[in-house]
Amino acid sequence: MGLHAYLILAAVVFAIGMFGVITRRNTIGILLGIELMLNAVNINLVAFSRFNGNAAGMVLTVFAIVITVAEVALGLALVILLFRTRRTAIADQIDWLKG
Amino acid sequence: MTLEVAGFWAFAIVLVGAALAVVLSKNLFHSVLWLALALTGTAGVFLLLNAEFLAAVQILLYAGGVVTVVVFAIVVTERLIGATLSQTNRHVVRGAVAPAIVLTLVISWIRRSPDVVKPVLMDGDLTRTIGVAVLTQYTLAFELLAVLLLVSLVGASYFARPEE
Repeated sequence: MGLHAYLILAAVVFAIGMFGVITRRNTIGILLGIELMLNAVNINLVAFSRFNGNAAGMVLTVFAIVITVAEVALGLALVILLFRTRRTAIADQIDWLKG
Repeated sequence: MTLEVAGFWAFAIVLVGAALAVVLSKNLFHSVLWLALALTGTAGVFLLLNAEFLAAVQILLYAGGVVTVVVFAIVVTERLIGATLSQTNRHVVRGAVAPAIVLTLVISWIRRSPDVVKPVLMDGDLTRTIGVAVLTQYTLAFELLAVLLLVSLVGASYFARPEE
């Protein structure tokens, strides 16, 4: 398989994740969509790294995975905090900053 | 059909199918389990690209770690709210417009450039190459990442602390 096949696969997964982020109402569901989008970026990085013979893309992928893990931990802590104070998981109802 | 092509299509179908199930499933818990399958499919794609180390990291950190944490969060929030979480999608048709535009643009842009068919072989052990690069060329980024992990760990435990 050529580079294009991997890039198109990553683009499809990215679009699906974006669809999830836009349409989900539950905050945890939105986080799962973000996971999919980040995952698609990792596929791109590894494919470019492989087809260019440069290991830098793989190092970046390791960094991206670690950042994702930190993001998930923090995001879910925020979700739990929101649940405690507002008793809701629906992103539309979290409008404290609305004037 | 070579083994690589067959493997690519198998992993691609698993990955795209599981990703669709993640964003469309009504039950949030099922969504997370589908996400685990999608992440494992990505690990398979990494294997096809000869990135064994990344495939292992992917399964350990993502499919192992992230999925466990999300399941924990669902269980805790369900206890707090006292009901099973269900989730719905809103504006499905309108919500599909933006991803469709992005997808078309990206694919047309990819198609404009020439395809690279043959991977460039990297000499030596790839895991070793990554390790050496992390500790020489990318040391600063590596150390910053350690700080980031510490900050997010402290922040997460601060946000999720028990109520006084």
